[in-house]
Order: sequence, then C-alpha cells, then structure tokens
Amino acid sequence: MGYLLAFPVFIVLTMAQIGIVSQFHLLHGTGDLVMIALVAWVLQERGRDASAWIWAVVAGLLVSFVSATPMFVPLIGYLVLTVIVRILRRHVWQTPLLAMFLATMLGTILIQFMYFMVLQLTGTPLPWQESLSLVMLPSVLLNLILVLPVYVVMTDLAHLVYPLEEEA
Amino acid sequence: MKTTFPRLWQTVVLLVVVGGVLLLALSGYLAPVFRVALHPFIAVQGWLSSRYQALHEFLTVPRDVALLRQRNVELENQVSQLQTQVIQLQQQLREAQILYALLDFARARPENVYVAAAVIGRDPNPFIQYIIIDKGSDDGIRHGMPVVTEQGLVGRVDAVTAGASRIQLIVDANSAVNVSIQSTQTNALLAGSLTGDINLQEIPQDVVIQPGALVLTSGLGGDYPADVLVGQVVTVRKADTDLFQTASVQPAVDFTALKAVLVVKNFKPVDIVPLIPTPSH
Repeated sequence: MGYLLAFPVFIVLTMAQIGIVSQFHLLHGTGDLVMIALVAWVLQERGRDASAWIWAVVAGLLVSFVSATPMFVPLIGYLVLTVIVRILRRHVWQTPLLAMFLATMLGTILIQFMYFMVLQLTGTPLPWQESLSLVMLPSVLLNLILVLPVYVVMTDLAHLVYPLEEEA
Repeated sequence: MKTTFPRLWQTVVLLVVVGGVLLLALSGYLAPVFRVALHPFIAVQGWLSSRYQALHEFLTVPRDVALLRQRNVELENQVSQLQTQVIQLQQQLREAQILYALLDFARARPENVYVAAAVIGRDPNPFIQYIIIDKGSDDGIRHGMPVVTEQGLVGRVDAVTAGASRIQLIVDANSAVNVSIQSTQTNALLAGSLTGDINLQEIPQDVVIQPGALVLTSGLGGDYPADVLVGQVVTVRKADTDLFQTASVQPAVDFTALKAVLVVKNFKPVDIVPLIPTPSH
C-alpha cells in the first residue's frame, strides 16, 4: 500500500509544486513541497517496509522529468536525503517534529547545493554569494514554513496506511 | 299657529346659526377654536394608535424577523453567487484581453505561424528560469522553436512531450541571445542571470549607447528570428580597462506575470555547431 501510494501522492504534489509553489518567491527562493513530503514520509516510516526508497525514487523521477535540472540531480538528491533522514530518525526518534525541521533544513541546503554545483559544472554562471543569499537561504525559510502543514497531512496519511497493512 | 311660528323661527335661527358657523369655519375664522377643541381628542387618538402599533408589532414582529432572516440568508447566498460570477467573468475578461493582444500580434505578422499556449507551471529548481506550457508535439511544437508574446521575446522551446513543452526563458542564467541595438545597429550578446536580470555583453567600446535604446533579436546564430523586440537599455557600464562595454536591459515581457505565449511554428532553428571550426590535432 505504501509503495503504491507514492505515485498518486507525488503526482499531485509535483503538479502543486510546478503550478503553485514555484510561483511564490521569497527573493529568488521557492519552496520544495515534494522534498518536504518525502522527508515527512521517511520520518513516518515504521520500519516494517522500505517504502521510503520507493517514495524517494518516484519523487526524484517525477521532479527530474518536469525540471530542466540536468543529470537526474533531483533523483540523486532525494535518495541521499532519504539516507540522511533515516539516520536522523534513529537519533532524534523521540521528537519527530524536531527531526522534521532539522531534516527539512538539511535537505534544502543539500539539494540546493547539488543543484548549484551541477549547474556550475554544466557551464551555467551562478555567483556563489547571490546563490546563497537570494536562493538557498530564502528557500530554507519557505520550506520551514511549509513543514508543519505537510507534516500533519503526511502523519494522517501514514496513520491511514499502516493500520491497513497490519490487518492484512 | 302660535306654536308653529316660534318653531319656524327656531328652525330659521338654527339654520342661520349653522350656516354662519359653517361660513365662519370655511372662511377659517374658527380654526383656533377647532384647534383648542380637537387637541385633547388628537392626543388621545395618538396615544391609542401608538399603543395599538406597539401591540401589533409585539404580536407580529417575531414572525417577520424569521422571514427577514430567511430572506437575508437567501440574499446573502445570491450575493455570494454573484460575486463568484463577477470574479469568474473578470478572470475570463483578463484571459480574453491577453488572447486578443496575442491575436493582434499574430495578425500583424502574417508571415509567421503561431501556436497559442497557456503557461501551466514553472520549473521547481529556483536556480533556473523555465516555464511549462500546455501545448506539445501533438500541436506541432518542436525543440528550439522561439516563443514570444505581444510584448516581445520570451525564450525558446527546450523540451517537448506530446501535450506539454518546457520553455527556457531569456532571463535564465544559461540563456544567450544574439541581439542588435536598434539605434546603433550594433550586435551584442544578451545573457540572463540568476536574479532574472538581463545584460548586454560584448558591445564594442567605441559604440555610444543611450539609455532607452531598443534591443531586438539579430537573427545571428539561427536560434531566433530577427527583429523581435527584447527590451530597452536601462544603464550602460563602460570601463576603459575592459575590452567591451556592458548594459543592463529592461525586458519587454513581464516574466513574473506570464499567462499565455505564442510559439512561432514556422521558424526552424539552425544548428551551427557543425560549422564552428574545431582545432585539428
């Protein structure tokens, strides 16, 4: 169930991302709804299955498909982020909300840094200081604003999914 | 006879008195008398009427309030429906205005074949400036086709699926457009940036550029058709130590409010990469 749910959830979230969230800018940064949802799901994962990997792959493939970012960076970034969040979950397991904020902040910086590096490598002239102050930090702030609503929705979703699996 | 005369006189006197009173009343001489005489009756009548009104309201108002409340709810519903309709109509009007402007632009250039498309999204990566439109290869759109609005150049098609396309905007940091400054007929390179500003590069030092000069596509390189408006020069930066001068350009298109665009279908971009000489080993 958890595996299959990744497809409709991320299709909807990717549509919301490119249609709504990417239109809202703070300086030049934007929120990353897909990444936050992925982080929230990885934190909700109960350890019985490994649906988080499937979720990361689906999210990464969808964002790589719609974005002009080269070399499947979103896919690689989301997989790396899943590893980090799983490690984080083991250490901050008693306070999932704190882990959520921490993982979102780290994840945003990680993925934006990967975007920045790959674009630099492919010849796009991006000044480092402007990228940090106008894109990365505002994006972190926007993502932290989105954390709570996304976390609540994903928690409800996880509670809907996992009891069904227990009965089965 | 004795009894009839006095009665007759009584009647005559009575008629004369009544007639006199009537005449006095009609001529207005008795108004003060009437006013004094009627005042107590009017006061009593007023009191009686007000008490009746109060009693009537007491008995009937609760039902009226219920009716009024119901009517109020109905009217509020009607108002909200009408407000929704107004918003929808305003939205349609805005869309129609955009489409009319695009249509006027397309009619003014009959040599080009356009496909109108709505902007349905933006790239999730904030470092790059791409939009997604709702027309793809099914509508004849191919990679590299230029995209414009009635205001000027937007960018070019970067990727195509059957039903949608991704457009690289000219403000993207990786975008480069060969342009010509209209007033001096000088060729230059227009480059985007991270912040969405566009700058003219590689302008020879001896050229004098005034702020406000129009910037058009030159057609060099084969990526874009010639003479499409790009923007206006805002400031010129010239340093004696540099090989070239640069200038910042105000884009003609408002990229933050793009709703619909036109893809130039009959323009085929030329790939000049094979013609660029490479150092032989």
